[in-house]
Amino acid sequence: MKKILRHRRHPIAHFLVLGIALLAIGFGYTLLSPSNAAVATNARSQVVEEGRQIFLKGCSSCHGINAEGASDAPTLLGVGAASVDFQVGTGRMPLANTGVQAMRKKPVYNAEETAALAAYVASLSTGPAIPNAAQLNYERDGNIAEGGELFRTNCAMCHNYAGQGGALTQGKYAPSLMGVEVKTMYEAMLTGPQSMPVFGDRAITPQQKLSMIKFLKGIEAEKGQGGFSLGKVGPVTEGLVAWVLGLGLLIGVSVWLGAKSK
Amino acid sequence: MTTGKRIGGSVANFVDERTGAGRALKKNLGKVFPDHWSFMLGEVAMYSFVILLLSGTFLTFFFVPSQEEIIYQGNYAPLSGLSMSQAYASTVDMSFDVRGGMLMRQVHHWSALIFLAAMVVHMMRVFFTGAYRKPREFNWIIGVGLLTLGIVEGFLGYSLPDDLLSGTGIRIAEAIIQAVPLVGTYVAFFLFGGGFPGTIFISRIYTIHVLLVPGIILALITAHVLLVWFQKHTQYPGPGRTEKNVVGFPLLPVYMAKAGGFFFIVFGITTFLGAVASINPIWLYGPYNPSQISAGSQPDWYMGWLDGLVRMAPNWETHAFGHTVSWNILIPGLIVPGIMFTGLALWPFIESWVTGDKREHHLLERPRNAPTRTAVGAMALTFTMVTLINGGNDLLAITFDLSINQIMWFSRIGVFVLPPIAYFVTKRICLGLQHKDRDTVLHGRESGRLVMLPSGEFIEVHEPIDQYARYSLTNHEQPEVVELQLEDAHGVARPGSVKEKIRARLSRGMYGEQVQKPTEKDLLELEDGHH
Repeated sequence: MKKILRHRRHPIAHFLVLGIALLAIGFGYTLLSPSNAAVATNARSQVVEEGRQIFLKGCSSCHGINAEGASDAPTLLGVGAASVDFQVGTGRMPLANTGVQAMRKKPVYNAEETAALAAYVASLSTGPAIPNAAQLNYERDGNIAEGGELFRTNCAMCHNYAGQGGALTQGKYAPSLMGVEVKTMYEAMLTGPQSMPVFGDRAITPQQKLSMIKFLKGIEAEKGQGGFSLGKVGPVTEGLVAWVLGLGLLIGVSVWLGAKSK
Repeated sequence: MTTGKRIGGSVANFVDERTGAGRALKKNLGKVFPDHWSFMLGEVAMYSFVILLLSGTFLTFFFVPSQEEIIYQGNYAPLSGLSMSQAYASTVDMSFDVRGGMLMRQVHHWSALIFLAAMVVHMMRVFFTGAYRKPREFNWIIGVGLLTLGIVEGFLGYSLPDDLLSGTGIRIAEAIIQAVPLVGTYVAFFLFGGGFPGTIFISRIYTIHVLLVPGIILALITAHVLLVWFQKHTQYPGPGRTEKNVVGFPLLPVYMAKAGGFFFIVFGITTFLGAVASINPIWLYGPYNPSQISAGSQPDWYMGWLDGLVRMAPNWETHAFGHTVSWNILIPGLIVPGIMFTGLALWPFIESWVTGDKREHHLLERPRNAPTRTAVGAMALTFTMVTLINGGNDLLAITFDLSINQIMWFSRIGVFVLPPIAYFVTKRICLGLQHKDRDTVLHGRESGRLVMLPSGEFIEVHEPIDQYARYSLTNHEQPEVVELQLEDAHGVARPGSVKEKIRARLSRGMYGEQVQKPTEKDLLELEDGHH
């Protein structure tokens, strides 16, 4: 060993070590990589390539040729397929204009193209994957009361106590959660789009996420208890109804009774 | 005499011989009240209070005023197994499991909102017609007291169910109490029995809500109505109506029937609202938990202006000698409302000081004939309206795609700029209407009939109005400006005091600009002339 170490300052030593390391990695990769998945890899890489083409046409002008991000748009390295599925699947991306917030609209890409884009972005770096149907069975896995408690603790301050949405600063807003697909809500919690924080699986477990979704679906399905809901936005609409309908009717009756006396 | 009459007569006689009620009734049942739709607004408030007493009594049968934590095992699945106070659980049970409970809760809450709204509208009627003038200043102050107590009572009721929204409201109330310099922290500790939220607050405000405040309100309403009784009701001016008489109908049978019927109409409309429109859905708000909050947390409308004031306050704080003075809460939460309500209570005295008018008034004034008062009222309403709008700034932002910050800045500027604009615009409108009245008296009513003269000129034919209408348009007084007296009774020059100077200035501002109402001479001159 000492003999070899004596030559460590030799001019060739650097190249020699580098060469040995490269050879080791090359052999190691060939030995360890699964060669039997070649067909599947081929198909996947085809989808990824499709996604790359869509990305280059539709997304790269803001997000950069390699999704590295730019002044107007964040990097997509590490956002995962779930994020792409959320943003593109709900039509938020591509942006219609550079407002304060991307709004939900008719999706520009169809399901196939969205999947390709998601696969391409996922191929760049690891990130949350799109949840499958088995993971989204909220009816089976969720607990509605626990979901309500978690929702009020984590979500109601922006989305309102009944998921009707609410205002944020500078014209931004938390959208209404009524009528939103289960997968979309789940992905939003996973990826934390726009002003929303990320609720990773270690903070809010998948089961707890499904509980919150069950709570929201319960509110959505709940028949008006006590009559018209007046938007489920609290006392402002109640005050409006009290003045316009309640007092309006009463003043109308007063005028009618007053007119009768003449 | 029929049998019915005979039995009725003997029953009446039996009661009269033992109570002597006959004489009192005979004297009072014939009492005459003037009739006008706007005189019924106060009635709406009073009937709403009766509805509140009735429905509130029902609610007390089922409500448990306790903050003791229990695990909910009731029928509403989305709350099943959650920890909550008994107050909240009993309100949820009342809503879902007590027959008629939901309806009663909703009737109670709707009539509370209508009670406050009717008081405000009634107060506007009294203000804009000058009904508060001597001798009714005390009754005006009682009215201000009723409005204040109504707001407090409403807020306490809103706080009782211990849901997420009401707990948020109590939290803000606690902050406002704490903002009082020096004693605030101690008072808050005293009220909550320690830190927030504590365990005794609900039971304390329950006693205040169902016993103390309603008792005081009832006593004040009695005094309010008795004063109207003894001082007689004011009436609108018109032919045959003077400061010394009351033109109207007797209490029995006209007003007994009318008021009785009207009570049921108010009850009916409130119950209708309670039956069709959900209000305060506490099962959706969830039980109170100090770590939670919902977007769009608002108070009921009668506190909305206060919330709006707090929302627009800049984040000013002073730290001195180890203490914090929270101007951001102190100014909007206590100082501005203090000024508003003190000004409201003192207005009759301020006005009579400026005008120097110490006479009794039983005839009302048309708002246009008191332009300054009307303008001051419009100014105060505009101020309150801007703050009320800012109280719902988040909902406005999301409904109309606006920025919450823009609405806040609009309110911050608007609260100073818009009231003076409202003052000037209202005053101009009033003076314009006076001009129109003057024209109507002198030239008659516009008939809408166009006539082409032989010369080709078009004129509109004006029809003269009858003497009663003319009287109605000209009977009002036009006060003189109180000038500064720079000479005393002996003709010796004297400097006016500062107080007198202020008063003279205010008086000139109030009455310096007037449209002179037409005199008999004006009319005669016109009639002798080209007409």
